[in-house]
Amino acid sequence: MKLKKMHSSFWGVSLGVLGVFLTPNISVAKSNIVIGLQQEPTSLDPTSDATASIDGMLSHNVYESLTTVSEAGEVLPALANSWTISEDKLTYRFNLASGVKYHDGTDFDSADVVFSFERAMAEDSVNPTKKIFKVIESVTAIDSQTIEIKLKKQNAFFLFNMAKGDASIVAKETAEDNNTTPIGTGPFKFSSWKRGDRLILVKNENHREASDVSLEKVEFRFISDAAAASAAMLSEEIDAFPGFPAPEMLPQFQADPRFRVNIGSTEGEVILAMNNAKAPFNDIRVRRAVSHAIDRNEIIDGAMYGKAVPIGSFYPPHGSAYVDLTGVYPHDTEKAKKLFEEAGVAGTEMTLRLPPFPYAMRSGEIIQAQLAEAGINAKVEQVEWGFWISEVYKKKAYDMTIIAHTSPNDMGNFARGPKYFYGYDDPKFSDLWGRIKTEADPSKRNAMLQEGQKYLTDQAVHGFLFQLPLLGIFKNEVKGYWSSAPVLFHPLKGVSLN
Amino acid sequence: MNKIPANLIIGGVLVLIVLFTAILSFIWTPHDHTLMNISEKFHKPNDIYLLGTDQLGRDILSQLMAASRNSMAVALIAVLLGGSIGTLLGLLASMIGGWIEELVMRIADIGFAFPALLFAIMLAAVFGPSLTNAILAIAFINIPIFARIARAAANQVWSRDFVTASKAAGIGRIMITFSHILPNILAPIIVQATIEFAVAILAEAALSYLGLGAQPPSPSWGRMLSEAQTLLYLAPQLAIYPGICIVIAVLGFGLLGDGLRDVTDPRLSRIRQ
Amino acid sequence: MAYFLLRRTIGFILTLLTVSIVVFAVMNVLPGDPALTILGLEASDDAINALRIKLGLNEPVITRYINWILSALTGDLGESHSFGVPVSGLILERISMTVALAVSGMLLTIIIALLLGISAAANHRKIGDWGIMFFSQLGIAIPAFWLSILLVILFAVKLRWLPPGGFPGWDSPLLAIKSLILPTIALALVQSAVLARVTRSSALEVMRLDYIRTAKASGFSRKRILWRHVLPNALVPIVTIVGMQFAAVVTGTIVIENVFYLPGLGRLIFQSIANRDLPTVQALVMMFAVIVVTANFIVDLLYSVIDPRLRERN
Repeated sequence: MKLKKMHSSFWGVSLGVLGVFLTPNISVAKSNIVIGLQQEPTSLDPTSDATASIDGMLSHNVYESLTTVSEAGEVLPALANSWTISEDKLTYRFNLASGVKYHDGTDFDSADVVFSFERAMAEDSVNPTKKIFKVIESVTAIDSQTIEIKLKKQNAFFLFNMAKGDASIVAKETAEDNNTTPIGTGPFKFSSWKRGDRLILVKNENHREASDVSLEKVEFRFISDAAAASAAMLSEEIDAFPGFPAPEMLPQFQADPRFRVNIGSTEGEVILAMNNAKAPFNDIRVRRAVSHAIDRNEIIDGAMYGKAVPIGSFYPPHGSAYVDLTGVYPHDTEKAKKLFEEAGVAGTEMTLRLPPFPYAMRSGEIIQAQLAEAGINAKVEQVEWGFWISEVYKKKAYDMTIIAHTSPNDMGNFARGPKYFYGYDDPKFSDLWGRIKTEADPSKRNAMLQEGQKYLTDQAVHGFLFQLPLLGIFKNEVKGYWSSAPVLFHPLKGVSLN
Repeated sequence: MNKIPANLIIGGVLVLIVLFTAILSFIWTPHDHTLMNISEKFHKPNDIYLLGTDQLGRDILSQLMAASRNSMAVALIAVLLGGSIGTLLGLLASMIGGWIEELVMRIADIGFAFPALLFAIMLAAVFGPSLTNAILAIAFINIPIFARIARAAANQVWSRDFVTASKAAGIGRIMITFSHILPNILAPIIVQATIEFAVAILAEAALSYLGLGAQPPSPSWGRMLSEAQTLLYLAPQLAIYPGICIVIAVLGFGLLGDGLRDVTDPRLSRIRQ
Repeated sequence: MAYFLLRRTIGFILTLLTVSIVVFAVMNVLPGDPALTILGLEASDDAINALRIKLGLNEPVITRYINWILSALTGDLGESHSFGVPVSGLILERISMTVALAVSGMLLTIIIALLLGISAAANHRKIGDWGIMFFSQLGIAIPAFWLSILLVILFAVKLRWLPPGGFPGWDSPLLAIKSLILPTIALALVQSAVLARVTRSSALEVMRLDYIRTAKASGFSRKRILWRHVLPNALVPIVTIVGMQFAAVVTGTIVIENVFYLPGLGRLIFQSIANRDLPTVQALVMMFAVIVVTANFIVDLLYSVIDPRLRERN
């Protein structure tokens, strides 16, 4: 009788177990989405921190700017309903949306616009993209619903730039605390931030476009580890991972009927940045040697599993002014060795500080081996994001690093002078960039952009590796997510769960 | 019945294989284990690459061999370090006796409160992860184990006739400890050391897997397993080979230790520590 | 008896104190200047000073130690440097995950170990015994994290029955259980290998005892003897060994949480290491060490209380 009992309980347990496997997964609520994100920022204020994921989560979701941009890159109205541009293209008059309130209930009007611009343009402003404001001569409130901005020179990118998260319109009362409790006018309100874990947004019912917004709650989970990201997707812990860090896992998701895989492009040039202000990288021979030592195809194959396009300069291959310069420094270990010897650095040690993203760590491992072949002892140091921002980006305490610059039209980085973390200072290029910025004729501008690319490559300012692809994995029910990243932000207004 | 236990033979053979591989890897591996050949990644085993290649086109067999150096080195150093200190403490405790003996054993017992992992975690948080920290952590937890065994064994030897005789003859305690006690406790110490080697290899693998041991680019079985975790769909074999190596090494030392214990101290109903 | 208990308790408290001193020494004294470790070499002097004041680093070591102990006793475990929130909060959020894993792991371990150990003892010197002993040797040699990966290859990648990791939260209990199955099995298989050996040895010892032979002679069925007489008596040393396994359970849970990306204390420790968040690591290590020491103490007491012969051991 004991045996029989054991048998029936055995079957009972087995059926129960089988039942667990076969039960379909019922989603809890169709208006809450969980999104995975590789990069957790250390601040939530895009107007004072350069981390791209701040914009990715909050720009045009929590914060709004005067304008916004569509997925096709077209400028659209946002906080400004409409605008007129003067004949000489120097005066812009914006008509602001009315009845808009901040998440704390205070009203939005032209005074906030003036405040935000003055704050960004101030001498001691810590706005990461201060340069987009440099062209502005004055910002005046004509009345509470109208703003007039006068430019010093014509600027073709002006309206596009005003859509950036760095140009978010913040409120005077709350601006100081935006880095921990963001207050904006956007379709979503900030709810909570559990550092190291998740950030939660909820729908702003009072938003002027609230009726178009189908998501009630958005949860961002921070996962930079490739295997953890895969596990989270497969266990259905998250619904979408728009910037998935593990390209080698794509085939598994493509074969899984629950998910769709999206391979799009970003504006992110992945570079092997060399500290141009620090020896030996101030020597062009060393920089050219590094360019010859690396083998882009190997890096793309090994780190990105073939899912990236090589770049020879600082411009995306899908851009209209692209010129293919990948052949300027072909992979040539012997030549690299010679140049290193000429410059007297053969056999020396250089550090390669890497942020904790798989594209950077894997590329770094491969580049280390490639440099070793060329006679350079590269020491790889993996650091946390906060550390990278404070040490590499702000203090320029690095020899080499690998990073993706995901902002659009950011060739101007090379005109930012020696204080920028490149340590690169070249008046010739700064001059060229000045002309590019003010050129209104697109074909002339493109010609100059090509000149710029050639120049940067000739100077071998950095090792230009590849364009970062946008590898997105989504549950089939998730609709409306942008498939490419022409800008840093991802509007969630149009996203829905079936 | 003077049969050599099966444990001893199987264990001995496995240990010899692993040690031989580790030593051999210093002078020869089928390929340079750091050589990347990305276009050749994920090769299935063939004539050139006996076990195939990994995600960066490196020869897996060469990597496994090079990694065995790490495991052997860590196990050796950690156990020798911890074992020596522990044995010394145990001997001293036994020699001096009284409340000092209690105190020394108490102090040694701290090691029991700290699994190697916890200690390694502390060191990693303070000094950053490194191979040295892993060794220190494993050595630390070996101290109480050897202290206990040394003391227990030493106490037994102290009560033996020839030792009593030596004491009566006026020979100093220290002299007796090192010339009479120590040689006679070597057997259980060596047995324990062998078993602790097995434990140390396992601990090192876990620490490396978690990123607290050998740092890149120095190869390690544990880290190879951690890197293989996103590749389970593309190349599951990458996750299998390093694990097999770990098992062989741990099994080898474990069986050897068991076998040695069977030979030197054949009590049937021992409770494993 | 009372004297014995007193001695043991004092010993327990002393061990706890010593452990706390070691943890404090390693985390606060060794790094030289904890503020420097946390903020990094090139932090501004102002920032370092501010942190030193915040952490109370300018006071003498003894004071800091005592403050730490006293606050810990009242539940204040300091503030996490990288998360900016109290450590106790971080722990509370994640403790249910770790406890769930540890408890289910131990339960499964005990079940498997008992089954295997008793069967092995019952089949002493036959194939069954040898087979089980071999499995046990193997189980001890197999790293838990490798076993986890193998399970993932089979059940998550090939068969796609279970997720390879992650935890979707307790809202949907079915999904939550699915996420716990592989971690629990991985934890249990390895531990039960060790425990099975012990169970077998102690079962064998008991089986040889007189009253068992008497029961046999009285004609009780083998099964009945096994489960009704051998097991309960063999249980005593088994329970104590289970207690002694606590250190292994603690380590195992930390490792398994990281293999399967479960949001528990094990993962928190590693995030904190990466962030050089000394206060959090300190609190967690101390907590785990306290659990191990306490478990050992309770087991020690149980062991000696139940078996009076052992009380005279020391």
